[in-house]
Amino acid sequence: MPGNFLSTRFDAMLAWGRKFSLFHYPFVTACCGMEYMSAACAHFDIDRFGAGWTRFSPRQSDLLLVVGTIAQKLAPVLKTVYDQMTEPKWVIAFGACTVSGGIYDNYAVVQGIDRIIPVDIYIPGCPPRPEMVLDGLLKLQEKIKTQGQVWRWNKKTS
Amino acid sequence: MEQENILTALRTAFPEAVLDASVPPTDPAVVIRPGDLAAVMAFLKAEPRGYAMLLDLTCVDWPDRPDRFEMVYHVFSPASYKRLRVKAALPADGPAIASLTPLWKNADWLEREVFDMFGVRFEGHPNLCRLFMYDGFEGHPLRKDYPLRKRQPRIPMRSTP
Amino acid sequence: MTTRLQAQARPDSLLLNMGPSHPAMHGTIRIMLELDGERILNSEVEVGYLHRGFEKTCEHRTWFNLLIYTDRLNYVSPLINNVGYVMAVEKLLGLEVPERAQWIRVLMSELSRVSDHLTCLAAMAMECGAFTAFLYKMKAREFLWDVIEQTTGARMTTSYIRIGGVRADLHADYEAAVRKGVDETRKVLKDVRGLLDKNKIFLNRTRDIAVMTPENAISYGWTGPCLRSTGIAYDVRKAQPYLTYDRLNFEVPVGERGDNFDRYMVRMKEMEQSLRIIEQTLPALQASAPTVEAGGLEPAEAIRASRTRRPESRVRLSPNLEGSEKAVYPGIMAADKRSVPPPKEDAYTTIEGLIGHFKHFMKGHGLRPPKGEVYFAVEGGNGELGYYLVSDGSDRPYRLHLRGPCFHIVAALEELIRGRYVADVIPTFGSMNMIGGELDR
Repeated sequence: MPGNFLSTRFDAMLAWGRKFSLFHYPFVTACCGMEYMSAACAHFDIDRFGAGWTRFSPRQSDLLLVVGTIAQKLAPVLKTVYDQMTEPKWVIAFGACTVSGGIYDNYAVVQGIDRIIPVDIYIPGCPPRPEMVLDGLLKLQEKIKTQGQVWRWNKKTS
Repeated sequence: MEQENILTALRTAFPEAVLDASVPPTDPAVVIRPGDLAAVMAFLKAEPRGYAMLLDLTCVDWPDRPDRFEMVYHVFSPASYKRLRVKAALPADGPAIASLTPLWKNADWLEREVFDMFGVRFEGHPNLCRLFMYDGFEGHPLRKDYPLRKRQPRIPMRSTP
Repeated sequence: MTTRLQAQARPDSLLLNMGPSHPAMHGTIRIMLELDGERILNSEVEVGYLHRGFEKTCEHRTWFNLLIYTDRLNYVSPLINNVGYVMAVEKLLGLEVPERAQWIRVLMSELSRVSDHLTCLAAMAMECGAFTAFLYKMKAREFLWDVIEQTTGARMTTSYIRIGGVRADLHADYEAAVRKGVDETRKVLKDVRGLLDKNKIFLNRTRDIAVMTPENAISYGWTGPCLRSTGIAYDVRKAQPYLTYDRLNFEVPVGERGDNFDRYMVRMKEMEQSLRIIEQTLPALQASAPTVEAGGLEPAEAIRASRTRRPESRVRLSPNLEGSEKAVYPGIMAADKRSVPPPKEDAYTTIEGLIGHFKHFMKGHGLRPPKGEVYFAVEGGNGELGYYLVSDGSDRPYRLHLRGPCFHIVAALEELIRGRYVADVIPTFGSMNMIGGELDR
């Protein structure tokens, strides 16, 4: 492989492509879904940031947008959906219930989805305003830009 | 007053079953013996009383009382817009009462919810199993002796950093 | 785990699972189908994927504190849930709410109701493929939410309706915002009617599909727009008028056939009636508008001055307490000192106000309704939203039970889709307006 300059440029190009064309899978359960709908529609258009295409299949998406409370009953389903996604994949925890269980500290609710799957960006709020969602998306795009990209021939098998 | 009419009618029709039929400050309510529930409800549903809709069916847990579980039914008459509350108290061990599924179709899910949350059994229910909680969940969450935060995870939780 | 459907299924049929992670909107229900080709032989609906322990959590919160949980029940019309809970507590307390607060509650309820119907029909249309209707309705919803946000500070889960009244008076520019919201919604409704009402594809997917007879609907305990689509005109606002609904002119639209299209039409017509109600509240609100003079002491100065004597001039409150000044308090909060917190000026500057404030919010003190039980119902977006409260005289409810209208409506889903095609499940389920927060609590 010729030198590090080419690999970092290739990395940057991959990152540019991936961050501006995020296909998200909206795992919508509760109230935050309403703000997700607002963020996706005309007033607060999420499509301007390249993330407009909602893919309703985990196999076709690279961003898992967990929106709304995850109950203990739903936890295995979330894990299955996350496992079905192919690399590279990112997870955004949207709303206080996904960040930490929110106002529901009881027998029925998972206290934060990071107990089930690894999370990249946490968007607090109950529900977060659409501008906060867009800010979270931009932060994810920053993160993608700065993290090393995975491509087939340097994938670590561990 | 209409409220007292229905209470008097109930008292005349079921003299032993009706334990208390007063009009408390908020809504008309009648307390009956649990064994007579099916008969009383059929009486209320039939014309001319006409309480054709079962609005709600729930349970309240009073652990200090000998009859621990108090079943509460709300029935409604769409023709005359009247509501009535019917209560029946069940003992702590083996609480069971007749199912209202032959009379009303929404009793099916309502009774499954009460079974799930309180553990009350309904005789004659076609499919009495949990509604909200999952298989493998032990206990009945809305009972007063179930701790609020006792979680029973379905999958192992990661340890957060 | 063998479900009932698996146990009863024929050996040659296909078992298909829809959900619980559905494409957006509905999200938390699992419908298991037994199929013969595309035709549904039998189905089983599994709920509980959004069970958040609302009823048990409320037993551990004070009467005032649990207001935030009520917002998140039917989250597309949050203010109506607030109204229902608060009015049930007021019935238990025997509290009289000032008239201006009642008009404000009616305005907020109707704005929420229009948002609810807009969201329901938008989702139903989008899932049938009419994406434009979804975008238009979301646009209208934003204008309505602008009105709510201007006054309450939050777009959705506001906790604005309080026991005894409302949190704050309406914003000074509310009337312009309300008129804009109403105009935009009317434009959108006209456009969407043009797109969908006579659209052959939409009619094919919704006309005569999932027909519900009136007797069956009553047996299932249906209420609200779904019951009215079968022909029975039961609306809690007309049957047992609460707030100021008995003084308002509005009709209750009724359908004929009880199919998906009728459920859609009843909701469209109800939105027009709600907009009519909103316009009727405006003159009443104008007539009772309080006058708040400008100026006054800054809070810090007032507190300093109050150490020696009561401040004579008005105390100006910080911007995020706008609308809850003492001058507007009689219009928005009941006069009963035991049930409502004192106005902030008093809490800042007088000792009685301070003690009253603390006693209201401290655990063990504060709002303690008499022993008893009450059932109170309001007309929610989906039907009769009832709260059954049991009080044992302490500062927490002993039992709080919600009668969620969509619980009963979804209970009928298995019967409605039997014998139909898989594609019919989508408009049927969409027209029922299942809201997970209300269904699973």
